[in-house]
Amino acid sequence: MIMDLTAILNGVPWTIALTLASFIVGASLGLPLCAMRLSTIGALRLTSTAIVVSCRSIPPIVWLFFVFFGIGNGLIAMSPFTAAVVGLGVVTAANMSEIYRGALTAIHPGQFEAAKVLNLTRSQQFRDVVLPQLTRIALPSGATYLIGLLKDSAVASTIGVTDLAYQSYHISQQTFRGLSVYAAAALLYILLSLPIAWLSRWADVQLRSRVSR
Amino acid sequence: MMELLTLWKGWFPELIDGYGLSLEVTALSLGIGVPLGLVLALAVPAKSKAIRISALTFVEIGRGAPVLILLQFVYFGLPTAGLTLTSFASAVVALACCTGAYTSEIIRAGFEAVPYGQKEAALVIGLNGLDALRFVIVPQGLRVALPALLGFSIMMLQATSLCFTIALPELVSRASNIGSTTFEYMPVLILAGLMFAVICIPATLLVSVLERRLGRHAVR
Repeated sequence: MIMDLTAILNGVPWTIALTLASFIVGASLGLPLCAMRLSTIGALRLTSTAIVVSCRSIPPIVWLFFVFFGIGNGLIAMSPFTAAVVGLGVVTAANMSEIYRGALTAIHPGQFEAAKVLNLTRSQQFRDVVLPQLTRIALPSGATYLIGLLKDSAVASTIGVTDLAYQSYHISQQTFRGLSVYAAAALLYILLSLPIAWLSRWADVQLRSRVSR
Repeated sequence: MMELLTLWKGWFPELIDGYGLSLEVTALSLGIGVPLGLVLALAVPAKSKAIRISALTFVEIGRGAPVLILLQFVYFGLPTAGLTLTSFASAVVALACCTGAYTSEIIRAGFEAVPYGQKEAALVIGLNGLDALRFVIVPQGLRVALPALLGFSIMMLQATSLCFTIALPELVSRASNIGSTTFEYMPVLILAGLMFAVICIPATLLVSVLERRLGRHAVR
């Protein structure tokens, strides 16, 4: 069993790397996507809405297959890891843009007016007024999404990323101790999500303590 | 374009069979999972410590572990303990457990949204605990929880695609089979994606309309 566990643990760095990489991709791409969604130009708004809606209504596994087998087969050769980051990154971007949009509507309209009245430039308005509040409001839902993403990253094992789920599958097939192997894998996923929950709670308290209510 | 359509026309019957199976698994796991979630939602705040802890453990594991791991635990893990299920049964068992864990939280939030005065009033007019739940708390709580439950059902339909890993011939495994025999991955995956979208997009819109409709009463 100790042997099994060390073998499963080999997958943990890949799971963490995949989750963080796709979250970084998604969290950054989510911003322009959200900006497009709120744009005054109809075409931009429509494109962004189409991307968000289709990313949220097609299962991640289909996106991964599409990127890895569809695009990766003929057009651009990709490693399973890259394909997984691209696929999960796009899905994350769509979901993060919705989280940003929710956070933007939660910022008091007076804040935008005040920033304009103070004659701040547009970049100052965004950087000094909107962004700090946006981060604070979006943080808890962002962290919840990150935990969800950690679990969704297991899907990448189907295209051959050697993550936790992949290792568990192979070890359970080799040893026929599926019960303990998968129980260990499930516990590891839960353990991995705990630090995210703690960090987000800590950061939330920190950010909140700077605001007077 | 015509080429693509003829390809799609050839594959459609096989894919639609797989989609039927996906929908069947979704319906069964919701049919078992939502009542299970209701039971769990009532068990988590129970007075008995043993019931409370076992319900909480179930919910935390069901929500904390990836669905893929749950599926493979049932399909590859349980046989080592002497319980072998077909891939269909495994899919339903795993997804029903997952549904139970997630919906218990949704339903509990719904119950908590029912004003406390409702419960007091129910007890004052002489209903016993069970009747107060049955006639007062559960109907109102479920009404609040309905949009979130429907939203979860859409997620569940998408989660059936994971049954690909336990060799259930649902939509995605059929699409990937077609892909690996014809090497036409892109067109077949687009068709599969569209088939998911055809149900999920209108359903998502419906849920947001329903949310606004039901929210109207809560605001007043």
